[in-house]
Amino acid sequence: MSTVDSEGDAEDLRSRVREFLREHDHTVMEPLDFLRARFDAGLAWVHFPAGLGGIGAPRAAQAVVDAEFEAAGAPDNNPRRIGIGLGMAAPTILQFGTEEQQRRFLRPLWTGEEVWCQLFSEPGAGSDLAALGTRAVRDGSDWVVEGQKVWTSGAHVARWAILVTRTDPEVPKHQGMTYFVCDMTAPGVEVRPLRQITGEAEFNEVFLNGVRIPDAQRLGEIGDGWRVAQATLMNERVAIGGRPTPREGGMVGVVAQTWRERPELRTPELHDRLLRLWVEAEAARLAGDRLRQQLAVGRPGPEGSAMKLAFARLSQELSALEVELLGEEGLRYDDWTLRRPDLVDFTGREAGYRYLRAKGNSIEGGTSEVLRNIIAERVLGLPTEPRADKDVAWKDLPR
Amino acid sequence: MEGPPAMTGTPDLLYSDVETDLRASVRDLLTDHGDPAALLARVESGEPYDLKLWRTLAGDLGAAGLLVPESLGGQGASARETALVLEELGRGLAPVPFLGSAVLATCALLHTDTTQQPVAELLGRLASGAAIGCLAVPLSAMPGTGFPTGVRATAEGRLTGRIGTVADATVAETLVVPAAGPDGAGLYLVETRAAGVTVAEAVPLDLTRRLADVTLEDAPARRVAGQDTAAAAVRAALLAGAALLASEQLGLAQWCLDETVAYVKQRYQFGRPVGSFQAVKHRLAEVYLHLVSARAAARAAADTLARDDTDLPVTAAVAQAYCAPAAVHAAEECIQLHGGIGMTWEHPAHLYLKRAKADELALGTPAKHRRILAGLVDLPG
Repeated sequence: MSTVDSEGDAEDLRSRVREFLREHDHTVMEPLDFLRARFDAGLAWVHFPAGLGGIGAPRAAQAVVDAEFEAAGAPDNNPRRIGIGLGMAAPTILQFGTEEQQRRFLRPLWTGEEVWCQLFSEPGAGSDLAALGTRAVRDGSDWVVEGQKVWTSGAHVARWAILVTRTDPEVPKHQGMTYFVCDMTAPGVEVRPLRQITGEAEFNEVFLNGVRIPDAQRLGEIGDGWRVAQATLMNERVAIGGRPTPREGGMVGVVAQTWRERPELRTPELHDRLLRLWVEAEAARLAGDRLRQQLAVGRPGPEGSAMKLAFARLSQELSALEVELLGEEGLRYDDWTLRRPDLVDFTGREAGYRYLRAKGNSIEGGTSEVLRNIIAERVLGLPTEPRADKDVAWKDLPR
Repeated sequence: MEGPPAMTGTPDLLYSDVETDLRASVRDLLTDHGDPAALLARVESGEPYDLKLWRTLAGDLGAAGLLVPESLGGQGASARETALVLEELGRGLAPVPFLGSAVLATCALLHTDTTQQPVAELLGRLASGAAIGCLAVPLSAMPGTGFPTGVRATAEGRLTGRIGTVADATVAETLVVPAAGPDGAGLYLVETRAAGVTVAEAVPLDLTRRLADVTLEDAPARRVAGQDTAAAAVRAALLAGAALLASEQLGLAQWCLDETVAYVKQRYQFGRPVGSFQAVKHRLAEVYLHLVSARAAARAAADTLARDDTDLPVTAAVAQAYCAPAAVHAAEECIQLHGGIGMTWEHPAHLYLKRAKADELALGTPAKHRRILAGLVDLPG
C-alpha cells in the first residue's frame, strides 16, 4: 500500500528535508551541485531504493518532499524538459536494469544533466507497437541497429533513448523484440525535425543507420522487449494521473476567462455549449480527484484510461469552441514559424494553436480508439476481436 | 473579472466502509424482494408500490430515517449514506416512495422548527416508515426558482389550490404543502384522508415512480413554517433532492451498463459474441467513461450536502447537469445494444429508460441547471 501512513511519517520526512537544506544552502550552491547532493541524500524520488536517489519510502511520500523543497525555494530538476526520462526511462531502468546500468544512468537522468527520449513508434507501427520492424542484429558484443522511428519528442536534445527493436523476425511479433538503451550521439543516429499541424516541430523522425549498441546496454532479456515496453507504457499512464487541478484548471479555464473578458463575443448558442463543457470538465476533474483518493488509500481503480479519453475530448471541444467564440479573430493564427519547443504549452499560445495541437490528444499516448478497446476488454471484460497476427511469424505478417 | 467561487476543500469522493456495508444490505434486501419480472408485474398491478419492501427498508435497515437526527427517531446519518441507498434503489428501480418521503418531505421538515410537536412527531413517523409523506410540489420543480404559489391558505389554515405531478403522493398520508397565506409564504401539513383533499393518480411516463395531481378545496391544514422559513425549507429540500437524485441516476446507469455488458457477452451474431465487435465495445466504453465522471460528480454533491458546504449549489447543479444525461445515455444504449429484445415490454430495459428520462426532468432539467450554474460560476449569457 502506497500511503504515508500517518502525519508522524510526513513530519519525519519534512524534518529530513529541512536537515538536508541546513547542510546544503541552495542560495549559494550551484543548482546542479545541489540537485546531485539531493539525489545522493535519497531525497530525489524517495520511493526508489537507497543509493539510487531514494530511501524506499511509499510513493505518496514524494508529494511531501517536493512540497517542502518547493516551499524553501530550492531549484527543481525541470521535470517538463525531461519528462520522458523521469516518467518512463527511470522506472524501466529500475525494474529491468542491471545494478551497473542503474548507477550509470539514474543520477544524471534525475538531475537533468542527461535528457532522455523514447524510440518506440515507427511509421508502420504506432498503435500496433508490436508490429515494429527496426532490426537489431548481434555482432560480437554489440548489436547493429537499422530502422526508422517517428514521433520522438526531445530527440534533438536527448543524450540517451530507450529503444525497442526486432531481434527475431522468425517468431510471432510479441516474442521477437528486445529493448535497449541507445546512445543518441552514436554514429548512424540521425535526427530530423518532424513539422506538424501547428507549424512547429515538437517531434522528430529518428533514422538508425548501422548504429552499434553494446550488449551491456540491453534492458531485460533478449526477446523480452515486449514485456519491458509494456512496463514503460504502464508507467506513462501512471504519470498522466498527475497532480490535483483546481476548478477551471487547464483548457476550460482559458476559455472561461475569454468568455468573462469579452462579453461582446457571447451568443446564446455558444453559452450553452460552454456550460455543457464546463460541467463535463468539472465532472472529469472530480473523477481525477477520486482516482487520486483511491490511490492514496491503496485501492487503485481502472478509471485512468477513461480519464485520458475524457481529457482528449474536452481539450478538443473546448479549443474548438474558443476559436468559434473569437469570431473574426479566430480566422487568424499567431505564428507559423518552424519552432522547436521543449514542452507543449497550451496556455502560452493563441486559440488557433490550441485547437490544432489538441487534435493530437486523441492520438498520442494511446489513441482514443485503442483506449476504448482497453476499457472494453480489460475493464468491462468484453471478448477480444479475432486476431490475424497471433500465431504468425513477424516476417510473414502482411504489411 | 471574477471567476468561479473558491471551494472550501476537496470533497471526499470515496465510499467509506460503513457505506459499503450499507450498500450490501440494501442490495441483498432488494434482491430478495424480486427480480425485474416481478417488478414489471407489480407496476401494472393495482399496487404499483411495494410497501412491504418499504417497511423493511425503513424498519430493518433504518433507510428512511438516515437524514433524521437520533433525537427525532432517525439514524442521525448523513446525505452520504442517503445517496448510497438511492444508488441501490436506482439500480434495482425499487418501487418505494424514498425520494418523496425520506428525501423531499423529510428535508423540508428538517428545515422548519423541529421542536414543534407535530413536526417532531411526523419526522419520527417518516423515519421509522410508520408514515409516508411527500412534498407537494411538481416533480419537475427546480431549486432556486421561487416559492410555489399554486395554493392559497386562509388565516384559519384552510388550503385551496392544485399541484400537478407530485411524486409519491399516491401513497402518502401527509402532504407537506407550500402555500401562500395571509402573512406570506407558509408550509402546511395536510392529511390526505381529510375532507377537501383529492389525490388523483396521473398516468406516469416512469411506471416505477407514481405521480398524482393534488387538489385542495378548503382543506384543513396545520401551518408548521411561516415566511422565510417556509421558502428556505422548500429551497433546501429541492437542492438536497437534486444533489441526491444524481446518485439514483448513477445506480440506474450502472445497472444499464452491467446488464448490457453481460448480454453482449453471451449473445452471438455472425458467429461471434456481439460484444467482440469494436463498434459495440466503443459504445460501451463511452457509457463507462460517463459513469466514471458521474460517480465523482454524484459523490461530490452528496459529500458537500453532508458537510453543509457552501459549494453545494455548484456541486448539485454539476451533478444534475452531468448525471441526468449520463443515465439517459446509458439507458438508451442498453436498449439499442439489446437489439430487438430491448424494445419489448417483457425486458426491463424500458422501465430503466422511463425512469432515466423522468429523472432528467425531475428537480430541474440539465439545461436549467446549466443556467443556474452560469450565475454561480460567473459565466453570464
